[in-house]
Amino acid sequence: MPASIQLICRLSLLLLLAIPIAAQAQSDDLFVERLELLTANNFKQKEQAVAGLLNLRHPNTKAVLQALLDGRLYYERASKRVVIRAAEDAFSVADAVTLTPIPDASEDAFSRITTNNQLRKNLRGAIAAFELDSPDARVRLTAVREMLRSLDEDTVALLRERVEQERDDEVRAAMTSGIALFDLDNEDAGVRLAAVERLRGSLNSDVYNRLRALIERDDDGNPVEPDPEVRAVAIDVVNGIETRRAFYGSLETLFFGLSLGSVLVLAAIGLAITFGVMGVINMAHGELIMLGAYTTYVMQLLLPDHIGAAVLLAIPAAFIVSGATGVLIERGIVRFLYGRPLETLLATFGVSLVLQQLVRDIFTANNRPVETPAWMAGSLQINEVFSITLNRAYVVIFTLLVFGLLLALLSKTTLGLKVRAVAQNRNMARAMGVRTEWVDAMTFGLGAGIAGVAGVALSQLTNVGPNLGQQYIIDSFMVVVFGGVGNLWGTLIGGMSLGVVNKLLEPYAGAVLAKIFVLVALILFIQRRPRGLFPQKGRAAEA
Amino acid sequence: MHLQPLLDVLRRERGTQVFFVLLLIVAVGVPLLHAALPASSPLHISTYTMTLIGKYLTYALLAISVDLVWGYCGILSLGHAAFFALGGYAMGMYLMRQIGPRGVYGHPILPDFMVFLNWKELPWFWYGFDMFWFAALMVVLVPGLLAFVFGWFAFRSRVTGVYLSIITQALTFALMLAFFRNDMGFGGNNGLTDFKEILGFDINASGTRIGLFIASAVFLALGYLACRYITSSRAGRVVQAVRDAESRTRFLGYRVESYKLWVWVFSAVLAGIAGALYVPQVGIINPSEFQPINSIEVVIWVAVGGRGTLYGAVAGAVLVNYAKTYFTAALPEYWLYALGTLFVLVTLFLPRGVVGLVDQARDALAKRRASTPALPTADSTLSSAQRSP
Repeated sequence: MPASIQLICRLSLLLLLAIPIAAQAQSDDLFVERLELLTANNFKQKEQAVAGLLNLRHPNTKAVLQALLDGRLYYERASKRVVIRAAEDAFSVADAVTLTPIPDASEDAFSRITTNNQLRKNLRGAIAAFELDSPDARVRLTAVREMLRSLDEDTVALLRERVEQERDDEVRAAMTSGIALFDLDNEDAGVRLAAVERLRGSLNSDVYNRLRALIERDDDGNPVEPDPEVRAVAIDVVNGIETRRAFYGSLETLFFGLSLGSVLVLAAIGLAITFGVMGVINMAHGELIMLGAYTTYVMQLLLPDHIGAAVLLAIPAAFIVSGATGVLIERGIVRFLYGRPLETLLATFGVSLVLQQLVRDIFTANNRPVETPAWMAGSLQINEVFSITLNRAYVVIFTLLVFGLLLALLSKTTLGLKVRAVAQNRNMARAMGVRTEWVDAMTFGLGAGIAGVAGVALSQLTNVGPNLGQQYIIDSFMVVVFGGVGNLWGTLIGGMSLGVVNKLLEPYAGAVLAKIFVLVALILFIQRRPRGLFPQKGRAAEA
Repeated sequence: MHLQPLLDVLRRERGTQVFFVLLLIVAVGVPLLHAALPASSPLHISTYTMTLIGKYLTYALLAISVDLVWGYCGILSLGHAAFFALGGYAMGMYLMRQIGPRGVYGHPILPDFMVFLNWKELPWFWYGFDMFWFAALMVVLVPGLLAFVFGWFAFRSRVTGVYLSIITQALTFALMLAFFRNDMGFGGNNGLTDFKEILGFDINASGTRIGLFIASAVFLALGYLACRYITSSRAGRVVQAVRDAESRTRFLGYRVESYKLWVWVFSAVLAGIAGALYVPQVGIINPSEFQPINSIEVVIWVAVGGRGTLYGAVAGAVLVNYAKTYFTAALPEYWLYALGTLFVLVTLFLPRGVVGLVDQARDALAKRRASTPALPTADSTLSSAQRSP
């Protein structure tokens, strides 16, 4: 008996093995059959063929559909055998069923299987469905978003099936809102109501537009949504969504405002030192910013393979270039004019003209391209309506860093102590042994160096050209005057609030008009509070 | 009107006398050489040169308006070109309306740029500008009113020194941005141009140019006299006291704000008139006239010439602009270097400008030559100008 048992076992094993093989063979046959349908001259038939292929779940289906979408699916006219063309330029094809290459295929013997819009839309949805199997949540999310563009019974059924097993919150939310969007067209008011409920709080703009459309009235004046209860909930949900969108919208405006504000602060903070601490009007301040921006450009020329490192190295380099120029201006011109602010203003304006022309002669009058390193490009997507551009975020952080360093320098170091002493009472400081001349030069150099650092940051945001400085000089003065002279905190708050106000006005008035409004408001503000938001108090204010 | 102080100054002040003699020679000589001599003559002055000199005369008028507020009242305006440009725009609007149906689009009323922008009717603020008297009134009123409102706010809240300078600069900057906008209704970027005629005369005709030239000279002379009248009057002395010690003047019981305000408004009106004379000669007005750098350039004219003298401002305006014309033609790339260096050198080494240099030279000569001490020739205005801020 052992032999017979052995035989039975062998037979059954054979059978067991044979069943899948047979099934595979059968499925291959069906696959070929449906592939052949694709060669039909009729798009309706092709659509049916695609649907049939999808039901079959053959392992090659995705490759075939992708090839069809890309226009790489061909068939041999004689045998109706469907082949996939490789992506290369030369014509080489592989059999669609076995995926084995066909040698010596001549392009003349094959015809391309054409598609139309509807078919491509279906294909994209179908391929997206395949990608739902991907282990990468981001691929799945893109796939779901792709499917949402063409929802039908099948895709929704697939989504319903997948949403249960989906682990990733974001993907699941996208799926749920897709299903709910589809359910909005359901006959049953209860289903619609549930769908509307499920869409509560969604930030997706498709969802928003769809719901908005739901609570409108059609051309005859009848509500689009017949059921009053659903309509009431929909209105409620739309209001909720609008509030959230408005919230994120204002967050975005705030971010833009802060980013503009930090640019202003960066540009103005050097001025706050020279103007505020020393009482010197430096009209060449804008040009010192420009020098910093050009230093970035030169650094990138010197290190063409390390754009990011060049930008980082440009920060100290720009500080030195602009700072040295500042010390030169102070030693050469400004020190002869202390106590005569209007003359200083004119003389430094002359310097600014010379610097502009110098830059024009060296680098030509055209804008110079400064590249943004990869880690500063792109943006951080918080949700569907709110994203943060990275370079602006970096500038905001950089501004705060510079501000903190400067504040520490002025309040914690000996140099800072001397600077403050000279600012408060020059004669007394000199009597106590402070070398006021040296302190003046260092203070001016510090303010100028910070202008250079601001130039590095600006080179990442705007065009680098000879007029870069002029664009910021008036704004910088406004910030310093608004914040209150001699007060770094005033500069920070003044700059940030000017930036935010500017961006708040922009949607209503447009960029130019917003700027004019801000300028006029500032002119009026200075009339009300001639010494700024945070005026200096005590004896120093009388000088 | 107490004209006696003015007459005294005219009789006494050498610079003013030189100014009037030179102005008379130019005002009579240039049109004569232009009209009477044939074009082949080496002494003939072309229409281009005459227009150029006419432009300098309007600049000189602008310069004395700045000198009046800066040199005599201590208000450093970095926005005076705004008043100049506003006066220019008022005149430009009149000239635009005079084009009538002769524009490129041939619209009977609307200027070309409005047709281009697809506007259907004239904006309200363009009404009346087809009449010369109205436009002339606006040349005076618009800059004057703006200066009044601005000055009323600024002086009453005691905005002084560099703060005032900076907000005047912000003012002209804001106006520049505004006038660059197409929907402001002032031609946007391109401004107003393609003028055809003024008061019925062809604007490009030689005779009209002579008329405009003489008008510029006459207004310069009148403006100078008016400023000199103000500075030599009692009120003018209060104004100078405000410049030298504002708080002390206030404590003495003078209403400092009112004095400043009226000098300021008068100066703005002068600048507006200068602009109105400038536009028909140059043939265009556009928002770049509002650029902050233009205003600062005016200040440097005055500084180069010597502020607080009026005739110094005229000299500075002519000298710097002649240099500009020369440089921009011969060595265009060096003009900004030259101008920038001029700013630095004049503030460092010539605080009293060219006029101060001439005075110094003359004093030195007189000292060397004279054995007996001569009567002091420099008047009080000159010596006090050295102490200005």
